[in-house]
Amino acid sequence: MIGLPANSQRVTTDFVFDPARAAPFLTQHSHNGWLGLTYRGHGPDWVELELPWRADLVGEEDRDVLASGPIVSLMDMASGLAIWTRSGKFRPIATLDLRVDYTRAAAPRGSVFGRATCYRTTRSAAFVHGIAHEGDPDDPVARVQGVFMTIAHDPRQVTNG
Amino acid sequence: MAEHHTLTPYARALGIVLDRMDGELPVLRVEFTDAVQGRPGALHGGAISGLLETAGYALLRGALSDVGRPVSMKPINLTVQFLASGKPRATFAKARVVKLGRRTANLSIEAWQDDPARPIASAVMNVMVAMPEPAAD
Repeated sequence: MIGLPANSQRVTTDFVFDPARAAPFLTQHSHNGWLGLTYRGHGPDWVELELPWRADLVGEEDRDVLASGPIVSLMDMASGLAIWTRSGKFRPIATLDLRVDYTRAAAPRGSVFGRATCYRTTRSAAFVHGIAHEGDPDDPVARVQGVFMTIAHDPRQVTNG
Repeated sequence: MAEHHTLTPYARALGIVLDRMDGELPVLRVEFTDAVQGRPGALHGGAISGLLETAGYALLRGALSDVGRPVSMKPINLTVQFLASGKPRATFAKARVVKLGRRTANLSIEAWQDDPARPIASAVMNVMVAMPEPAAD
């Protein structure tokens, strides 16, 4: 499942971003590591991560349901990985706009899976949509739409890329 | 007053605290720690979103309580705009109730670091504030 992304012919080096290898490293530190995000799978333009249930990540004192904050973080990270997977390149990106619709309540004490798909990239922007689900992608708990910007170079400079 | 601003287990675990009251409006703060770090030396966008959302709920909890309404809050949606990268320092957030309706509330929230006039992120959120009425379905 490591196959080259569809647009990989534009990659001039041998390096092709592989989320299966990169995700464990990228999710072990800092905020993603604190949340315990783990890699679940990917395709040519999508990546799925798991956010395990944990008592100190709940949103209400008396209900064992993950707070919405960690789900935003889950989808943000899955989105970044989906962008790098589609483009085959690991380049700095910044979230510009992220919208989350909570379509139904999550079940108590369950993991939430975040699957993000990058459906369009330009030189400076990447567009992502995704879902958060509890095991059945056809019955999501949330839907996400996001726009990301590359921050690799100053757009005012003349580039050859 | 303080009980209005009870933070969620998630918010407390992330290190979010009530910094001060700005009139009626709670100002929340999170210090820069590894738990909120994304890229090395920068705040994680998800952590910023968590702070914005927490500031929204803290204000709404108080607003509902102040008018004697039950504190029932279910997220409908959240849209976050990331305006600048978060530097490795304390970050603050304050919300405003744009509309408190019978069924839903609309909130606007901003987060900043050094200067409230230069926000690093803003958000709009809709929250269901009434239990669904069976007869209405």
